[in-house]
Amino acid sequence: MKYVFIIAGVMIVVLTIAAGLIYVERRLLALFQDRRGPNRVGPFGVFQVVADMIKIFFKEDWVPPFADKAVFIMAPGILITSIFLTFAVIPFTDKFLVLDSNIGLLFFLGNSSLGVYSVVLGGWASNNKYSLLGAIRASAQMLTYEVFMGLSLVGVVMMADSFSLREIVEVQKNGWFVFPQFLGFMTFFIAGIAETHRAPFDIPEADGELVAGYHSEYSGMKFGMFFVGEYMGVTMISALITTLFFGGWLGPAFLPPAFWFFFKTGIFICLFILIRASLPRPRYDQLMEAGWKVLLPLVLLNILATGAILLLKHTT
Amino acid sequence: MLSLIRSIFYTFLHAFHKRETQDYPEKMPYLPPRYRGRIILSRDPDGKERCVACNLCAAVCPVDCISLQAAEGDDGRRYPEFFRINFSRCIYCGLCEEACPTYAIQLIPDFEMADYNRQNMVYEKEHLLISGQGKYHGFNFYKEAGVNMGVKATGGGENENQPVDLKSLIH
Ligand code: SF4
Ligand code: SF4
Repeated sequence: MKYVFIIAGVMIVVLTIAAGLIYVERRLLALFQDRRGPNRVGPFGVFQVVADMIKIFFKEDWVPPFADKAVFIMAPGILITSIFLTFAVIPFTDKFLVLDSNIGLLFFLGNSSLGVYSVVLGGWASNNKYSLLGAIRASAQMLTYEVFMGLSLVGVVMMADSFSLREIVEVQKNGWFVFPQFLGFMTFFIAGIAETHRAPFDIPEADGELVAGYHSEYSGMKFGMFFVGEYMGVTMISALITTLFFGGWLGPAFLPPAFWFFFKTGIFICLFILIRASLPRPRYDQLMEAGWKVLLPLVLLNILATGAILLLKHTT
Repeated sequence: MLSLIRSIFYTFLHAFHKRETQDYPEKMPYLPPRYRGRIILSRDPDGKERCVACNLCAAVCPVDCISLQAAEGDDGRRYPEFFRINFSRCIYCGLCEEACPTYAIQLIPDFEMADYNRQNMVYEKEHLLISGQGKYHGFNFYKEAGVNMGVKATGGGENENQPVDLKSLIH
């Protein structure tokens, strides 16, 4: 019974954050662009989300006649499911977590790789050349960044001596991993942006080139699921950065641990939005080149250095 | 890499800049006097209609949204019997104002003309005609030149020479 509550709690929290992000992102983008953003519906426009939700629920949900219907409908579901599953292993606090698995980190990496299926299948099933191009880009981009997303976390795992996210947080009582693992943090952050295909790495959608990329043909709530899935992805990556590098729920005791977790996560979400507001989209080949030629050697170097230092400590 | 971080930082600084947004319905933006908005028909200083129904505005209008019908009063003064502007077609180019010889038709700084009903966008003379002089004060077309309308004697206008006695040329 307790699990049902926790699972429901996590789902509600995640969905609320993801929906709220629609509003927060628009307001923050406006802030960075000297505008005001949505401020009409309700106080400070907070009910804009409600208005948007009502709109998207009542939009015509159209499946193009030339699409592969079953796959077309399945694709957005895969995205939401894989992200929801990831949240199962994220420790909001030491008590409030669904699954304290000893392979938590691997579970996350596996699930985020599953996410690529939704994009690829969605683009494929749409039977539209722009969607397909988006899907091809997405698969290449996500595979590339998957590689060193995993590798960038190896340093953390070595230092914490565990794959369990809860234990990784607890080890950080003596100091956040961001300091010894700064390279790992940077690469994980970049990979995280690419993984959630947020701007500036939104090459699979690239509205300027590919209409809307892999979800060009999607409308109504199915598009809404891709949309919310993106925000859930942002929340997930931010939560993971908090957990892995910034001591998760740990913080001064005068506020509850949950506050510290959400506070830190919120800062990274804002950073995601700030980066979207400031950087232009790189070219497709530049992205791949940066991935394989710069970031991959960097991560390997990081692993090497971390391993050497740890070994040195153990032997002395 | 450094330039990327610098541009992220500069974007962040924009959070503290002044907003560019016009808070329009709450705070009316400043519209310069020559702003081209809603069209009015003005009157001369004596309170008579300035328009002489010369049709120049209707002829120049690029979208043909002005229609009027000339009529003549008992005093022989021309005036428009009806004067209709279809604002759902008007592009606010201001050409009608340029063409008008009498400063009768004028564009004023008012743009709040939205309506739910397309038919309400058609303004008749009673909606257009105001009781003031608009932007050009003290201008009376009949004082400047033209036929004697009781405002000035023939040849007594401000920009007018005495009529030439044709017969004197023959001598
Ligand atoms: S402003 Fe231009 S479009 Fe409008 S009535 Fe005058 S001439 Fe026609
Ligand atoms: S408004 Fe001016 S241009 Fe138009 S008919 Fe009247 S006098 Fe002529």
